Amino acid sequence: MDLIVFYILASITVLASIGVVSQRNPMHSVMLLIVSFAGLAGLYVQLDAPFTAVTQIIIYAGAIMVLFLFVVMLLNAQTEDEVIPARLGPHAMRLAALLSLLLAIELVEGIVPLARETFREDAGTVSSISSVAQIGSRLYDTRYYAFAFEVTSVLILVAMVGAVVIARRPRSDEMTHDERQMTKTPNGEMPNVE
Amino acid sequence: MPTLNQYLILSGILFSIGTAGVFLRRNVITILLSVEIMLNAVNVTFVAAGRFHNIVDGQIITFFVMTVAAAESAVGLALIIALFRHRETLSPDAFTFLKW
Repeated sequence: MDLIVFYILASITVLASIGVVSQRNPMHSVMLLIVSFAGLAGLYVQLDAPFTAVTQIIIYAGAIMVLFLFVVMLLNAQTEDEVIPARLGPHAMRLAALLSLLLAIELVEGIVPLARETFREDAGTVSSISSVAQIGSRLYDTRYYAFAFEVTSVLILVAMVGAVVIARRPRSDEMTHDERQMTKTPNGEMPNVE
Repeated sequence: MPTLNQYLILSGILFSIGTAGVFLRRNVITILLSVEIMLNAVNVTFVAAGRFHNIVDGQIITFFVMTVAAAESAVGLALIIALFRHRETLSPDAFTFLKW
């Protein structure tokens, strides 16, 4: 029974991921990636990690994918450019597909000969591994992950400031000559930016 | 109950799909999405290995990976917006102005 659920969830995840990679419209890619994340959340529940499953849904499907959707809608880029650059040659796509297939075969081939380990199923183990209290006491313990946790907050701060600075439209007096050329409107005037 | 190997194989397949996306797609947004697939493949490995060893560390590292993924996609999308403003395209081949 568990095995059937695993195969259903795993095939949902894999098929949705293949869909993400094969779609031309980025909007469809983002939607399919949310499906893939939902499948992964199901797998986490099966691995007795309900908290990870919930964060997967809330943070990944909820926050990060909304960010992606927002940008896709903002840029309104319905499809990708058809032109394949000449310097890559006509076989570039086929070579890329072959290389990633090779990577998949090698990874699977490396994993299969490992011993077929099963998980321990007794109730005590399961309840200790899936308890949020256990995760919290590990995460905030100064002997374990408290420092990494604090560093993560600095990382987020840096990313936030970086995102704002990079995406900001430069003021006209800060622009270099090239940038001024690029942002010029067709009638030769500077766009009105604050 | 599936074995540890099955989770690891799933993770390997997902990682390869992500790699294929980075190789094949001519669209920076889809490339970022493929990177997310690869990060999730790694997460599956962490959670499965943590479950196998009966420790919660795998799940904790998963949270750190999620945080890094969030930071990465925020900065990446900001870059995409800034680049799109200059070139009006999402093709990575158009963004070569840092090349020597």
